[in-house]
Amino acid sequence: MDKHITVPMNKETAGTLRAGEYVYLTGTVYTARDAAHKRMDEILQNGGALPFDIKEQIVYYMGPSPAREGRPIGSAGPTTASRMDKYTPRLLDLGMGGMIGKGKRSPEVMEAVVRNGAVYFAAVGGAGALLSKCITSSEVVAYDDLGTEAVRKLRIENFPVIVVIDSKGNNLYETAVKEYQKTGEDMV
Amino acid sequence: MIRTVDVKEITENIREMCIAANHVLSPDMGRALNRAVRSEESPLGRQILGQLEENLEIAAEEMIPICQDTGMAVIFLEVGQDVHLEGGSLEDAVNEGVRRGYADGFLRKSVVKDPLIRENTKDNTPAVIHTRIVPGEEVKITVAPKGFGSENMSRIFMLKPAEGIEGVKQAVLTAVKDAGPNACPPMVVGVGIGGTFEKCALLAKEALTREAGSHSSVPYIKDMEEELLEKINKLGIGPGGLGGTTTALAVNINTYPTHIAGLPVAVNICCHVNRHIVRMI
Repeated sequence: MDKHITVPMNKETAGTLRAGEYVYLTGTVYTARDAAHKRMDEILQNGGALPFDIKEQIVYYMGPSPAREGRPIGSAGPTTASRMDKYTPRLLDLGMGGMIGKGKRSPEVMEAVVRNGAVYFAAVGGAGALLSKCITSSEVVAYDDLGTEAVRKLRIENFPVIVVIDSKGNNLYETAVKEYQKTGEDMV
Repeated sequence: MIRTVDVKEITENIREMCIAANHVLSPDMGRALNRAVRSEESPLGRQILGQLEENLEIAAEEMIPICQDTGMAVIFLEVGQDVHLEGGSLEDAVNEGVRRGYADGFLRKSVVKDPLIRENTKDNTPAVIHTRIVPGEEVKITVAPKGFGSENMSRIFMLKPAEGIEGVKQAVLTAVKDAGPNACPPMVVGVGIGGTFEKCALLAKEALTREAGSHSSVPYIKDMEEELLEKINKLGIGPGGLGGTTTALAVNINTYPTHIAGLPVAVNICCHVNRHIVRMI
């Protein structure tokens, strides 16, 4: 059964999601990738405040291609999440509700997801044109000088994602791969 | 006979090729993806492959790049030795083509000027340019914009000759297994075997520009391509890394003579789009 969820979302909602579920998100999310994470981390190190209130918010690891005239955004698929692993536990501890990206996460991120009752969603890597159609508005809210890496507030409608790591610590990347593995011990 | 080619012609072709490669899937990749949709065993895997097909339709029809990572432009030039290039520097002309293509095509500018200082050049230049001088009076241009989700998962192994063919297979399977969901599977796997350290990496990159479904003319290498594709698809990684029987769409292996002491193996991984486009001028 596909689920429809409104974001930002609280821990109670996150707690209902299970690894492997196909979920459609509607509401607002913030984008941040490598350079924005580095900058936010430096701000936190120096005791400053983040450019947006991260509590219960979903951060989408994404740097779009430029929008053509009349469109809110260009191609807008997920980037590899593991590059943000270094910064993620701190943001989760500050109340971030979840993340959208693609690819594996570190054990530290897994622990922080469980500790904070958060969730890690994957969007389909390489489906940037399709995903752009689920974004109805985009506004740069910080770090405009970073170009594609600026922090953007996006309004999304029925944005398709899959729960990869849930608040109980289930990890779809591990379980689903085992299900279709047909290799003997001799291979790798 | 010497044929004169104005480098402006190269600029314009590269401009168009950057835009086309980022919006339209090459026919060989289309066929490979279509086969995968029919054979995938996982229901979620089929759903994801369906999304990828829908994504390609939207990209081509509405001119939205297939992926937001429109890549670093990798350009292979084979310049006929009977060609005289006029009108300026060849490399400047190539970079100008990339600059215009990425601006006019609303493509993402993903290149930083210095690998550590990391300031964006804002025009996606410079390209990575590989030029060879070949017989003839034509210029062959291959444009292969490379995204870094998959590039980051690529590997080089300096094996010992005693590790032999089994060592090579293990190296490829290890690289694919480690890449997992990060490389936007289903992937295309370009493998270079032989040469020196840098030649081997280049062989792997060139292997990615070979048509998906084509095979090496060396019989035992062709067998290895087929065996590795089968084994990779038994790893279970599947579309999006979310489990399934389609982990790779093609394995292309290129080889070159090497040193008595060495067996270099490079594995260059690419996503299911594997952008590449070729023109002869």
